[in-house]
Amino acid sequence: MAQLFFGYFAGVIAITSVLVVALRNPVYSALSLLIMFFHVAGLYVTLHAEFLAAVQIIVYAGAILVLYLFVVMLLNVKQDDRYHGQWRIAAFVCVPLLLELLVLLASGGAAQSGLLPAQTAADTADNTLAIGTTLFSTYLFPFEVASLILLVAMIGAIILAKRDFPERGEM
Amino acid sequence: MTFSPGDLLLVLPELLVVAAACVVLALDPVLTPPQRDGLAWLSLGTLAVCMGIIASQMGQRAEAFGGLVVIDDYGCFWRLLLCFVAGLTVLLSYSYLKEERLHIGEYYGFVLLSLSGMMVMVAAADLLTIYLGTELMSLSLYVMAGLKRAESRSLEASAKYFVLGAFSSGILLYGISLLYGATGSTRLPAIASAIANQSPDNPLLLAATIFIAAGFGFKLAVVPFHMWTPDVYQGAPTSVTAYMAVASKAASFGAFLRVFIEGLGGLKTDWSLIFLLLCIATLVLGNVVALVQTNIKRMLAYSSIAHAGYALIGVVAAGRSTESLGGVNGIASVLLYIAFYAFMTFGAFAVVAMLRKGVVEGEEIEDFTGLAKRHPLGAFLMLIFMVSLAGIPPTAGFIGKFYVFMAAVEAGLPWLAVIALIFAVVSAYYYLRLIMLMYMREPGELTPDSPRLVMSPSLSIVLACATAGVVIFGLYPRPLVSLAAQAVLALK
Repeated sequence: MAQLFFGYFAGVIAITSVLVVALRNPVYSALSLLIMFFHVAGLYVTLHAEFLAAVQIIVYAGAILVLYLFVVMLLNVKQDDRYHGQWRIAAFVCVPLLLELLVLLASGGAAQSGLLPAQTAADTADNTLAIGTTLFSTYLFPFEVASLILLVAMIGAIILAKRDFPERGEM
Repeated sequence: MTFSPGDLLLVLPELLVVAAACVVLALDPVLTPPQRDGLAWLSLGTLAVCMGIIASQMGQRAEAFGGLVVIDDYGCFWRLLLCFVAGLTVLLSYSYLKEERLHIGEYYGFVLLSLSGMMVMVAAADLLTIYLGTELMSLSLYVMAGLKRAESRSLEASAKYFVLGAFSSGILLYGISLLYGATGSTRLPAIASAIANQSPDNPLLLAATIFIAAGFGFKLAVVPFHMWTPDVYQGAPTSVTAYMAVASKAASFGAFLRVFIEGLGGLKTDWSLIFLLLCIATLVLGNVVALVQTNIKRMLAYSSIAHAGYALIGVVAAGRSTESLGGVNGIASVLLYIAFYAFMTFGAFAVVAMLRKGVVEGEEIEDFTGLAKRHPLGAFLMLIFMVSLAGIPPTAGFIGKFYVFMAAVEAGLPWLAVIALIFAVVSAYYYLRLIMLMYMREPGELTPDSPRLVMSPSLSIVLACATAGVVIFGLYPRPLVSLAAQAVLALK
């Protein structure tokens, strides 16, 4: 059953991600990205990471994709062929990566390392609680650094987008 | 695993820097422009206090936040250097921003915030924390690069830096996730022991190493990941360029060495080969392309690329050497090289920042023609920095190159030292050409638009510090050499 669900989610993710770059209409691309986000959230659910699944839908599908759509519609790009002439570069990047992947698979890859994925408390039903506790105890320091990053991003965006600076202190 | 209040004391310098940044950002809107000068002095005072605290932390080894942050001599060496460079940046910016009429109080806030990111990078012993520190540093620098908003060049620099920086962060993060998959941890000691327990030719580990090397390669601006450097260094305000060229490179080297020595030390035969190739490419391309530059900021950008190549020699030597002593010498030579590089590059950019043509910056190499006639002192200081960058004794640049080449010879790579020496000779051409222009050409006719150096008390302090570093450490490098050697011993 789990295999079946994984196959379904993985298949849809692969197809929609190809569609994101292959479709000519940017709005369709954004919509297939949306479908992909939902299926990634589905994968998280099968891994018992309900909190991540919810975050995936709220943040990616809810916020980021809406932002994409806004930009696409504001700029009014209907069909843009300028970015489709790069298949040579794409092939140059993809073929070595594909070969690398095959080598990885052939030589056993991660199975060889004999390590299981890190086991955490996420298997329990209440993984939101587990994530919260971990964030505010073990990972308190990086968590606070991340909040500073958001502060910098916010102030930076305001400064760079502000229309003009008052030369003399007018408030 | 919870944290104890004692952990906060260990990261007190970082906390102070962040607190000062918040005070600067909060006070900026309520102060009138003349009062905003106070923000620079506030930043400077904080940095001085931080340097005092960090100096008092030397000689101990303590883990904070369950091992995510390590306070040791190695981290303290970089944190001291970074605080010092940030202090010089504040002083340089103080006069530069006035000349450019950029009255942005937030500027000092961003200097401090990116400094806090750099300090996190060099003190962290956990890949996730290092990554977040890198992002904090880079994000602040993206904004600072675009602060000269009247010029499209500056905005272009900011956008270019942002796009390529985000791309490189993605690569770095991908490498980190692969490494997590292969070893089951993001902490450097745990990664090292996991690597020791499995066969080193696990393809997943190799892929992770390559991605992490590429991610850091962007931050260090080594060839072939250097494309952004000339454009960004040219477009950004010169005081920001000086800060990027010195502090961001130093912090990246600090984090990079810790990751590769402490975490991936078991794979050193693999990564030393990668860095050998990157090092040779960087030496060749950096020095050769610098020859044809006409803009001084672009020339210094290629020169800074080339200097990253010289520092990489020490990394390769550390990876190649079979005995532990050689490894120590290799890393210590990198620390020394970057410290010396900080003094001379910052000094050179400080002179460039104050060279003006009318109301705009003079940043063509031609603008230096005959400078010695009009500004003998400024031209003489530029001469000292250029001689040091070229690596001619008795300056710090020579001592730095000497230790790096020695490390290469000790690690059994004399041919690498020879290649580097050849390209050091090539580099002398473009450094000495500037000296030739300043001293052997007559200046053009004196017009309001002819190039002149604008001096100010704060700039004098910057130049005095940089010159003192270059000359004193050139003649008597022992204190810094022993400090670097002591710092490297802390690296496990």
